[in-house]
Amino acid sequence: MNIHEYQAKQILKEYGVPVLDGYVASTTQEAVEAAKKLKSSVFVVKAQIHAGGRGKGGGVKIAKNFDEVYKYAKEILGMNLVTHQTGTKGKHVNLIYIESGAKIIKEFYFGITLDRILEKPVIMASAEGGVEIEKLAEETPEKIFKLVIDPLFGLQEFQARNLAYKLGFNNNQVKQFVKFALAVYEAYMQKDANLVEINPLALIEDDKLIALDAKMSFDDNALYRNLDVAKMRDLSEEDSAKIEAAKYSLNYIKLSGNVGCMVNGAGLAMATMDIIKHKGGEPANFLDVGGGASPETVAKGMQIILEDKNVKALFINIFGGIVRCDRIANGIIEATQNINIDVPVIVRLDGTNAEEAAELLKKSGIKQLISAQDLNEGAEKAVEIVKKS
Amino acid sequence: MSILVNRDTKVIVQGFTGKEGSFHAQQCIEYGTNILGGVTPGKGGALHLNKPVFNSVEEAVKATGAELSLIFVPPAFAANSIMEAADAGIRLVVCITEGIPVKDMIMVKQFLKNKQCSLIGPNCPGIITADEAKIGIMPGFVFKKGRIGLISKSGTLTYEAANQIVNAGFGISTAIGIGGDSIIGYSFIDLLELFEKDEQTDAMVMIGEIGGDLEIKAAEYINNNIKKPVVAFIAGQTAPKGKRMGHAGAIIAGSKGTAKEKIDALKKAGVRVADSAAEIGLSLNEIKHILKKK
Repeated sequence: MNIHEYQAKQILKEYGVPVLDGYVASTTQEAVEAAKKLKSSVFVVKAQIHAGGRGKGGGVKIAKNFDEVYKYAKEILGMNLVTHQTGTKGKHVNLIYIESGAKIIKEFYFGITLDRILEKPVIMASAEGGVEIEKLAEETPEKIFKLVIDPLFGLQEFQARNLAYKLGFNNNQVKQFVKFALAVYEAYMQKDANLVEINPLALIEDDKLIALDAKMSFDDNALYRNLDVAKMRDLSEEDSAKIEAAKYSLNYIKLSGNVGCMVNGAGLAMATMDIIKHKGGEPANFLDVGGGASPETVAKGMQIILEDKNVKALFINIFGGIVRCDRIANGIIEATQNINIDVPVIVRLDGTNAEEAAELLKKSGIKQLISAQDLNEGAEKAVEIVKKS
Repeated sequence: MSILVNRDTKVIVQGFTGKEGSFHAQQCIEYGTNILGGVTPGKGGALHLNKPVFNSVEEAVKATGAELSLIFVPPAFAANSIMEAADAGIRLVVCITEGIPVKDMIMVKQFLKNKQCSLIGPNCPGIITADEAKIGIMPGFVFKKGRIGLISKSGTLTYEAANQIVNAGFGISTAIGIGGDSIIGYSFIDLLELFEKDEQTDAMVMIGEIGGDLEIKAAEYINNNIKKPVVAFIAGQTAPKGKRMGHAGAIIAGSKGTAKEKIDALKKAGVRVADSAAEIGLSLNEIKHILKKK
């Protein structure tokens, strides 16, 4: 789960990470009031969306007085912000963050994430802040310092200190950096974060280090024990079809093609998308109906996929194990009676009770249903149909 | 004995009396697995599925001599259950549970370093040695006896692969689902090594997917250490970057962990990589001149 910058800063502040004062606002009036509360002569108006690159897209503006705060708030609130992370459609801005301004002297990068290979948290830091870390890693990897943390002992002061010297800080800054790094690590571990990114970590006037931007994302599986984090979820940032699907334990990810795919199991679901592409088509989605696929979830899955009007054919690929194919067949038949299905549905049911399932589908006499013997035939038929339409 | 498990392997089930645990334990018993009892704290002394229930793994091991534990405990408590099993002297834990927090698994892996205990999973279908023991949730009938070792990150895609292997005229010695999480126990390498030594296995099929680098490591290992033929398939060639494709570990981070990079590495190591999931059986057939049929 992702959260907004202002929420991440709220969490980090609780752990003692230095941030600038700021208030969130959803209207121009709130924005100006927020600015008035801040003891500052310069303000930064920042769009709050779950994507990076907001500055370049015009979502971050510096205001020198309240009139400018109003002007920029009006401009940014409600805008469709396009960044390199939002896709071409962009994201609608519902919230802005009004923050005190500061004079930036130098920008650094600081992040913590899981190193999957070592199975330990890793800190990444660089004196080249404010740029994309992926780009930095590709072009000048020697400028990123990595520090692997032993999860049993946590980040040790000497490690943070050594890292600070590598980043070129003076003695006063080193002290601040050590405190900062320990605090961010604490927040990362305690809140079950997948990622904390402070980019930039800024050196500002008076020799102060401050988290100028903050991004946090969290392990969904641990939200049950981080209820304060769970409450920060902003559903308007997420795909509504995905949320609806999740209510039925379906895992749905929309893609841009026109062959809808409904599959049981994540691996087989990916493999089904792949074979559609391999046969010359384009998958419209990833949809895993889960190991416990039932007639109800199958019906719901069909409905969600068909709401995407790009879909010109639906390929149902189920390998029945514990789940019996005849039950799935009944679910499909039921769904065709309850929802309006105006595209051909290619059905491949294999595994437990596959023959009974084939019989049921045949007997149903539903003309949209086309049965396939195996994965290959199913994918071929689906792509063929789409090409003709 | 194929690898890791056979009909004599003494098994207990943690989370024995729960809905999932009960259903699948029953299925395993019907398959012929030597299940000797189970653990549910607070229900010790009872009988369930005609087997004794214990309060702790320690008690269960003492009473039954169990060497393997199959875990169905809910995600919030599963990491603790793995550690309990390892601490009680269980040699192999099979954890089916999906949704264990990453931080818990980081700690489990640290804990296991000082124990003589291996882990399969979590978030996996388990392990099956055809016609001998099924310790997991897979449909047993799909895995007809034969001489192909199967290792997979997936569930139903494993069944699909096994089905194709059987339809191509081969069969399965042992099949293992290693799980789709970011942090798991046994990796491809550990199992390739066991299959390489196994006299009842002639070739291996490995099913990987996007995310992490276990497949790349496996390619390196195959190149240097494996003489038996290996067929592979990697799922997720069409997966977009930065999205978690169902499995917690199936995510392309930045430009790392793509299907292409894994396929290239495997091909370079001499592995026959199936172009699509429908061609796993065909790929085996292409190397059949060096294999015995079942």
